[in-house]
Amino acid sequence: MQHVAPPFALEVIDLTKRFDRPAVDGLNLHVRCGEFYALLGPNGAGKTTTLRMIAGLLRPDAGTIRVDGIDALADPVAAKRVMAWISDEPMIYDKLTPREYLEFVAGLWSLAPALAGPRAQELLDWLELAPHAEERCEGFSKGMRQKVALAGALIHEPQLIILDEPLTGLDAGSARQVKSVLRERVRAGGTVIMTTHILEVAERMADRIGVIVHGKLIAEGTLEELRLKAGKSQASGAAASNSASLEDTFLALVAAPAEAA
Amino acid sequence: MIASPGSAVWFARHEWRLAWRDWVAMMSGGRRRRLRRAVIAITIFVIFMHFVAYWMVGRYAAAMPDKATLVGITASVLLSWLLMISQAMESTTRAFYSRSDLDLILASPAATEKIFAVRIATVAVSMAMMALPLAAPFINILIVRGGWRWLGAYGLIAAMGATATALAVGFSVALFRIIGAKRTRFVAQVVAAVIGAAFVIGLQIAAILSYGTVSRISVLQSQILLAHLPEVTSIVWWPARAALGDVTALLSVLAASLALLAATIAVVAPRFGEYAITAAGVDASAVIQVRRSTVFRAMSPRRALRTKEWTLLRRDPWLVSQTLMQMLYLIPPAVLLWRSFNDGNGAYQLLVPVLVMAAGQLAGGLAWLAISGEDAPDLVASAPVPSRFIVRAKIEAVLGIVAMVFAPLVAVLAIASPWHALVTTAGIFIAAAAATSIQLWFRSQSKRSQFRRRQVSSRLATFAEAFSSIGWAATAAVAAASLTLAIAPALLALLVVTGTWLMSPHPQARSA
Repeated sequence: MQHVAPPFALEVIDLTKRFDRPAVDGLNLHVRCGEFYALLGPNGAGKTTTLRMIAGLLRPDAGTIRVDGIDALADPVAAKRVMAWISDEPMIYDKLTPREYLEFVAGLWSLAPALAGPRAQELLDWLELAPHAEERCEGFSKGMRQKVALAGALIHEPQLIILDEPLTGLDAGSARQVKSVLRERVRAGGTVIMTTHILEVAERMADRIGVIVHGKLIAEGTLEELRLKAGKSQASGAAASNSASLEDTFLALVAAPAEAA
Repeated sequence: MIASPGSAVWFARHEWRLAWRDWVAMMSGGRRRRLRRAVIAITIFVIFMHFVAYWMVGRYAAAMPDKATLVGITASVLLSWLLMISQAMESTTRAFYSRSDLDLILASPAATEKIFAVRIATVAVSMAMMALPLAAPFINILIVRGGWRWLGAYGLIAAMGATATALAVGFSVALFRIIGAKRTRFVAQVVAAVIGAAFVIGLQIAAILSYGTVSRISVLQSQILLAHLPEVTSIVWWPARAALGDVTALLSVLAASLALLAATIAVVAPRFGEYAITAAGVDASAVIQVRRSTVFRAMSPRRALRTKEWTLLRRDPWLVSQTLMQMLYLIPPAVLLWRSFNDGNGAYQLLVPVLVMAAGQLAGGLAWLAISGEDAPDLVASAPVPSRFIVRAKIEAVLGIVAMVFAPLVAVLAIASPWHALVTTAGIFIAAAAATSIQLWFRSQSKRSQFRRRQVSSRLATFAEAFSSIGWAATAAVAAASLTLAIAPALLALLVVTGTWLMSPHPQARSA
């Protein structure tokens, strides 16, 4: 039987954004449904700018973004309906409780209360927030705040979850919970695109990894494919070997354009 | 001279460097060109204030310490002093609760009582410094016209700063010990707001009840009041005598004030760290919200946004206390309305602009909170809601609160004078809409905790908001008497709003 590739959850074509210098420079990305995609790159490479444009938080100068087949620039409201965005700084309100926050998010996404209420309870239980569901978020730790934000992102069961450094500052327990939630979403057919500086997370969780430098995608593929590419760019050394870690591979890939520059 | 690290002088230099840079940043918003403009603007303001001072107090330069003069000076001193106490309480509460460098200081082996002693002294000095731009032109004019004896007024300002700080610190510490760290922040801030407004409002209410006018002077110069006050030799008048150049009074007032401040520092500074550590635990304690049901309410995105704005405001005592300040000034017009209810005199004419002006100012503050003070801008922007709906929902949230505050007053006015109520309603709506629009055009992302410093982000927006409210208040006042005559002030107000719109940095917001 012939294997049919799943449709694209996200298509980014020739995406360009310029501030005082090009932040994203003709970027092309294709992520299929049910895929966990990690976007790596050094500081200032254009990762966050790319994700913010996909999430509809920043207007690109040029290019096309399609989410689940929807042209996100022509119809941003329809695209946002199937997306969720989570940044490294949890976007929650100190004076609301987690349940009130979820009710607010459900309102923003126009979810029916009969659907949103039980779903919220499920998420609160799943993320172990239920005992704090009626406490104001102002006294919450970073990990708890990130879990509240994650619950908010998942309440409308998005097809595509976009995360910008979601594990920054989380303790081991919270980080594991967040990772397990994301893995669960991918298993259920959802798509995750995430930036991270924790290469071990990308190595363990991502189906495919993209490396972005100076706003351009310089390498993309599975860890094996990246190792191969890194091996070509640095014929000898750790990056060329089959057992090279993602860290070695990443540094080798990033070093090549830096040297060229 | 290089002060040894950890000494009081060393801490003082550190504090002053921080205070100076904070002031420069507030004036310039971090831009050198703006700082130059701010310095020019302050210079022009100070020169202008000298002319105002000449016009207002020039004729009193030869004043002698008779009872009427002493009452006048004492009332002015008392008014400024209450405002200083209000400011000092704000600063003290901030020193207790804002973490900034407290963790560093408390974790260091330095003698914390020295830095807290310096901090309290800094508050006292800054209180006096803050009074100078307004007081100095008046004192200078009095010195030029009446002689060196008026130099004593500068000494009095120093004494006022010292006593205001001592009392504010003493009161805050007493609150801390009596009602605990959690409630002190809220109570101290509300009390600071009330104290700041209490004297002016009290005098206005007294004037309204006795004379049917909001003028503060009338009640102070009444013969009945003068007859009941202590004799001119009484110690009560020493601060006023100090301002008039009585050296004995000046030295006594100054010595007593500095002694009070020194005693406060000696008692409070060693325990300040302990209070700060207690205050640090306040945010970590959980606030439980009682909820009747876990069932979600059916909400459209607009309703969700409106409800969120109202809930956040209601649950933030600090913001409530800040808006309370504006609301307090509605008390005198409310009393005037109540007193004039059956008189049918021209008092209603006076109410119209006061209410319209207050509505504009309140709407401006609330609009800043809803639009620029959004704590989760990415969440709202990533929701599947057109941006114009988000803006509309926030405007509805602001106008809803304005309507709730002013509806009772307008309703009472409608019974007494339907025409004035109609004009007031229109004025309130237009002033609130204009102030909200200005905040929308000049929106910039900030934290809600920056509410008090919101003017810094755009001075143009601040002045435009004030001038627009004044313009619409004047329009409403004239319209209540003659609609035709109101065209001129209305055009001026419209010009202010249009000019602001053209200068705004958010062209996309103009169409929103």
